[in-house]
Amino acid sequence: MKTCLIVDDSTVIRKVARRILEEIGFEVDEAEDGKEAFEKCAKNMPDSILLDWNMPVMSGLEFLKKLRSYVGGEMPKIVFCTTENDIGHIAMALKAGADEYMMKPFDREILEGKFLGLYQD
Amino acid sequence: MLEQSVAIIARFMQQKAGIQLSANKIYMIEARLEAVVKRFGFAHIDALAASLPMAMGEVQQAVIDALTTNESFFFRDQKPFDAFEQALLPQAIARARDEDRKVRIWCAAAATGQEPYSLAMILAAKKHSWLHQGAEIVATDLSQTALSRAKSGLFTQFEVQRGLSAQQLVQHFTKIDEQWQIAPALQHMVQFEVHNLLHNPARLGQFDTIFCRNVLIYFDVETKRQILTHLARQLPPGGALVLGASETLVGVSDQFKPDPNLPMVFRRPE
Ligand SMILES: C[S@@+](CC[C@H](N)C(=O)[O-])C[C@H]1O[C@@H](n2cnc3c(N)ncnc32)[C@H](O)[C@@H]1O
Repeated sequence: MKTCLIVDDSTVIRKVARRILEEIGFEVDEAEDGKEAFEKCAKNMPDSILLDWNMPVMSGLEFLKKLRSYVGGEMPKIVFCTTENDIGHIAMALKAGADEYMMKPFDREILEGKFLGLYQD
Repeated sequence: MLEQSVAIIARFMQQKAGIQLSANKIYMIEARLEAVVKRFGFAHIDALAASLPMAMGEVQQAVIDALTTNESFFFRDQKPFDAFEQALLPQAIARARDEDRKVRIWCAAAATGQEPYSLAMILAAKKHSWLHQGAEIVATDLSQTALSRAKSGLFTQFEVQRGLSAQQLVQHFTKIDEQWQIAPALQHMVQFEVHNLLHNPARLGQFDTIFCRNVLIYFDVETKRQILTHLARQLPPGGALVLGASETLVGVSDQFKPDPNLPMVFRRPE
């Protein structure tokens, strides 16, 4: 079973995403900001991460850059999930090492598509 | 809505589009035609129905547009697009090169454009291999409304997130207000035209590959047969027809044989 860490300061988003990801077979854990997420990754690296951009303490982008420079941190597939919905932000996220990018609002089909797509090839 | 109106509208759609509306779709018919009733100033849907057979082309087209299902996604089902990239396109290029002509692809139910543009993205990535001959995609549909959306190349945020990777989005789109605009280079590869599958497509010319996906499901067997005969004439021996994931030709047509190696791909016998 693949694991996914959901990193978002909104409890609503975490709850919605958790339900959908569990339904498609992921084992889910949650973190409220980049700092908490990094601590969890250092202990136990997940297979994938659903990552918000704007969060208190440590933003998604900061977290991503820090994780990718860490030994083993190149492993997880990372899907950004944010209200930032312009090409500049998407390009920046991809450059920093994100695998996919999802703009809020999203629906079940989009979330499923992005996560199932990660492990297709 | 009067029973008689349902019958008139069903007969009209059968004749004009080949589409079977089942009687249990009354609620759907009413909901979708509400805007047409208002737009052309009919008192109610029964008045629209009564005048439909004699109505102006504009009214008839609006009814057809409202009652067709135009839903589509980029790279829908993925597999046929992989088959296109890895097998059908290289074969088409080889054939076109032998005959010293353009590679020609037909999307016969193009709807709002996601399918022809997905093919255009694949062609763009392989440009070096066909540059010498040239390539074109002809995208047709019965619905003018769907086609003009396709032609505009503008998609909503939901639409671009269905089936496109972030990489493809950044590579092929720009953002205009809340909409996503496909790159002009891709738009230029596609020619949009209204075409009814019930009619003879000879004027569109010969093609190497035809995508005709998720539309045959709306027709009865006799209509399907007739359409497949039309499509077969536009393909060379060995040419490929690509259907939707739930569509088969079993018991419908023996003019095509399923490709043993490629899912959803059917071939004209050599
Ligand atoms: C569900 S869409 C399929 C779009 C795309 N091929 C895909 O698979 O995603 C079906 C399309 O078939 C078109 N259509 C229905 N009857 C038709 C006819 N008689 N001739 C041409 N197009 C037709 C509709 O207007 C609609 O856009």
